[in-house]
Amino acid sequence: MAEELQTTQYLTFTLAEEVFAVDVDRVREILEITNITKVPQVPDFMRGVINLRGCVVPVLDLRLKFGMAETAQTVNTCIIVVEVEMDGEKIVLGALADSVQEVIEMESSQIEAAPHIGTHLKTDFLKGMGKHDNRFVMILDIDKVFSGSELSAVSGQES
Amino acid sequence: MSDQHKEVFREEAYEHLADLENSLLELEENPEDMELIGRVFRSMHTIKGSGSMFGFDTLAAFTHEVETVLDFVRNGKLPVSKKLISLCLAARDCIKSILDGDDHDPDVAASKKLVADFRALAGTETKAKTGLEIASSQVAKKEEPEVTYRIRFKPFLEIFQNGTNPVALLNELRELGKCDIVSQMDNLPPLEGLNPESCYLFWDVILTTRRGRDAIMDVFIFVEDDCELKIDVIDDSDSEGDANYKKLGDILVERGDLSAEELNNVLKSQKRFGELLVEKGIVTPEKVQSALVEQQHVKGVRKERSEAPPPQEAAASIRVPAERLDQLINLVGEMVTVQARLSQVSLLGGDPIFIAISEEVERLTNELRNTALNIRMLPIGSTFSKFKRLVRDLSQELGKEIEMETFGAETELDKTVIEKLNDPLVHIIRNSIDHGIEMPDARRAAGKSSLGKVLLGAEHSGDSVLITIQDDGGGLDRDTIRVKAIERGLLPAHTEATDREIYSMIFAPGFSTAAKVTSVSGRGVGMDVVKRGIDGLRGSISVDSVRGKGTTITLKIPLTLAIIDSLLVKIGKDHFVLPLSTVEECIELTREDVKNFHGRNLANVRGAIIPYIPLRDCFRITDNQPEIEQIVIADIHGKKVGFVVDHVVGEHQTVIKSLGKMYRDVQGVSGATILGDGTVALILDMGALLKVAELLEVSQAA
Repeated sequence: MAEELQTTQYLTFTLAEEVFAVDVDRVREILEITNITKVPQVPDFMRGVINLRGCVVPVLDLRLKFGMAETAQTVNTCIIVVEVEMDGEKIVLGALADSVQEVIEMESSQIEAAPHIGTHLKTDFLKGMGKHDNRFVMILDIDKVFSGSELSAVSGQES
Repeated sequence: MSDQHKEVFREEAYEHLADLENSLLELEENPEDMELIGRVFRSMHTIKGSGSMFGFDTLAAFTHEVETVLDFVRNGKLPVSKKLISLCLAARDCIKSILDGDDHDPDVAASKKLVADFRALAGTETKAKTGLEIASSQVAKKEEPEVTYRIRFKPFLEIFQNGTNPVALLNELRELGKCDIVSQMDNLPPLEGLNPESCYLFWDVILTTRRGRDAIMDVFIFVEDDCELKIDVIDDSDSEGDANYKKLGDILVERGDLSAEELNNVLKSQKRFGELLVEKGIVTPEKVQSALVEQQHVKGVRKERSEAPPPQEAAASIRVPAERLDQLINLVGEMVTVQARLSQVSLLGGDPIFIAISEEVERLTNELRNTALNIRMLPIGSTFSKFKRLVRDLSQELGKEIEMETFGAETELDKTVIEKLNDPLVHIIRNSIDHGIEMPDARRAAGKSSLGKVLLGAEHSGDSVLITIQDDGGGLDRDTIRVKAIERGLLPAHTEATDREIYSMIFAPGFSTAAKVTSVSGRGVGMDVVKRGIDGLRGSISVDSVRGKGTTITLKIPLTLAIIDSLLVKIGKDHFVLPLSTVEECIELTREDVKNFHGRNLANVRGAIIPYIPLRDCFRITDNQPEIEQIVIADIHGKKVGFVVDHVVGEHQTVIKSLGKMYRDVQGVSGATILGDGTVALILDMGALLKVAELLEVSQAA
C-alpha cells in the first residue's frame, strides 16, 4: 500500500470500549440518541429510522453488525450520521456508537493494513489499523460496512 | 454561440417538432385544411430559420428541401397525399435526430434518400398538376383577391445589432406586388446626437398584393420582436369600389400621425361640408343628417373589416426548471408537517386566539399544498397524441387498419406520473395492436369492420385517475393462459380461478402465450414492465376481456405522489399510518368477538364475514394489548379486509418520506412520515400486508 504522504482526519468513537475511526469527510453530524422507530421484518442490526430535520434516516447498530452484544443505551450513546456510497448513490445513514471521542489526524505512514485474523471482523470492513497515542485504532471503510450486499447477506444468516 | 442559447433553441425546436407531428397527423385526416397546411409550413420555416441562426446548418439545409415542397402544397400546386404525410413524418424524425446529434446527421444516406423522394414527389405532382383544370383542383385554393395593405414598419433602435437590414426587408415587400414606400424621418436626431449603429427611420408602405397577409408576415418573421409592425387592410375586393378613398385627415388619424382631437379642432375651424350645403339651401338638413349617418355607418363597417389583427396573446405560461418545482413541493411538504405540530401545540395550550390563528394557518397551508401540487399537473392529452403516431406507424408496419380514439384528454396528472406512464402505455398499446386486433380479413370473416379501434381514455375517480385502454380485437384466450400459467407453476392445477385472476397471470415475468416472437412483442417482457411501472406509481391494473370482442385494461393511479390523506393509528407505543383512500370504516373488536370465532381471524360486520389481520402479530409488538381493539376495514382490490390496531387516532395529512434503498424489500411498509411531535410513523401498504398474510396462511395450511 505505497501512497504519498497524506494526512487525513478521522473521527474516533467507541464500540464496547474498542476504538474505531471513520474518515471525517464522511461524517455529517453527531446526534444525541433519540426515538428510533422500528421497522418490521429487517435484520436486527437495522434498528429503525429517525427524524432528522424532516428527513427519515435509517439507523444501524454497528455492534450487532460486528457480532458484539447489542448497544446498551447510556448517557453517552449517540448516533453518528454518515454519508455512504451505495450502488453509486449517496445515502445518509446513522450509526449507533457507545461514545464519541475526538477528531485525530493520522498520516498514511501511521496506518498499517489490517491483519487477516484476530480482529473478529471481516477484513473488508477495515481500511487499516492506525497507531495513535500508543493505541491501535481500527479504521472503518464505511462504504463496505454498509454496502447493500452485506445487508442482504447478513439477513440470510440471522442467528 | 453560447450553449445557453443553443439549449433554448433546441427546446423550442423540439416543441415545434411535436407541434409539426400533431399537425401532420391532423392534416392526414383533413387534407384540404389550409389552416393546417399553413401551420405545418410555419413550423418547418421557423425551424429552418432559427436553425441557421444558431449555426445548425445541416439542419437548415435539410429543412429547406422539405420547406420547398411544402411551399408547393401551400400554393395549391401539390395536393396532400398519404405519401406526402409519410415523407413529412419521416422528415420530422430525421430533423429530430439531427437536433439530437447536435447538428450531425447520423444517417446521411437516409436523409439524402428522403430529399430525393421529396423532389420526386414535387416534380411529378406539379407536372401532373399543370395538365389539370385548376378550377376543379383538390386543394381548394381560390384565387386570392387583390388586397391593399397599409404597413407601418417601425424597427427598434437596436435592430442593426442583429444584422438586420431593413432595406432588404423592404425589397422583399416590393416583390410581393405593387408597392409604394415612404420613409419617415421624424425620429432622426441632429448629427451630433446620431448614433450610426441605431436605426431611427421607419417606413410607411402601401402594398397591393394577391399573396395574402401571410406572405407579408413571413417577410418580417424574424424581426417580429425587434420592431413595431402594423398591417392594416385598407382596400380589398369586397369593398364597394368607389374610386374615392378615405379623407386625408382620416388617413392621418388612422396612422396615428394626427390625433383625433387635433383633427377635430382643425376641422371645427372650417365649416363642415354638410353645413355649407344647408347654408346654401341646396339640401335640407335631414338629408344631410341621413347621409352623414350612412357615411358613419359604412365607415364603421369598413373600419371593422380592416381592423388590426387581434393582439398577440400575452405569455400565458412561463418555463420553469422542474427542479425548482421539486424544491417548492419539498418546502410545501415541510410546511404541512410543521403546521401539524403547530395545530397540536395550539390545541394543547387551549388559548383561543392561538387556536384561531393556527386554524387559519391550517387553511392556508392546505390551499398552498393543493396549488403547489396542481402546478405539476399536466393534461394527459399530449401523451395521447403521441400515441396516435405510434398506432399509425405500427398498424402500417403490421398491415392492419387501426384507428385510435381518445377521451378525457383534458384529465390532469402530475408530470412525473405522466412520464412514468409513458412506457407502460406504449407496451399495452403495442400488445393491443400486435396480439389484440386481427388482420383485416380475419376481422371481416368474424363479422367485424376491417377497421380496428383502440380507445384510450382517462377520467378522475375519487382521488385516483382511471386510464382505460380498450381494443375491439380478439380478446384474451382464457384457456391458453390458464394452461401456460399451470405449466409455469403460477397457478395450482386444480383450483377454480376467476377470469380476473387468470388474466392477471399475463403480468408474470417472461409470461407469453405467443407462438412466435415478432419485432413488436412476444417475448413476455412487456407486461412485466407494465406491472412494475404501475406498482412504482402505487397504482393497480385490472384486465377484462371477452373472447372475440376485445380487451379492456384499466389502470388506476393515485393522483398525488407526495402528500396523501391517511388514518393515524397506534399499536403499542408505535404510530402507523394507513392511506385513507381504501379505508371504509372502523369497528371495535372486543375479546368477546375474538372468542366467538374460536381463534380464526374473522369478524362479523353487520352480517358479513370480514377477515382481519392482527397487525400486532405481524410487527411482533409485545406491549400491553388493550381490551378493546379497533378493526380498520379497507377495500383492497375488491376484497374487504380488516386490520387490527390498538387505537385509531384520527385523520392525518401525510407527507410521504421515502425510507430509502435499505428498506426497499420490506413488505408492507411503503414509506414513512413525520408526525406533529417529531416522531416517525410508518406508512403501511395494505395490499402487501394482505399478500403476506395470504401466503402465510397457505404455507401454514399446507
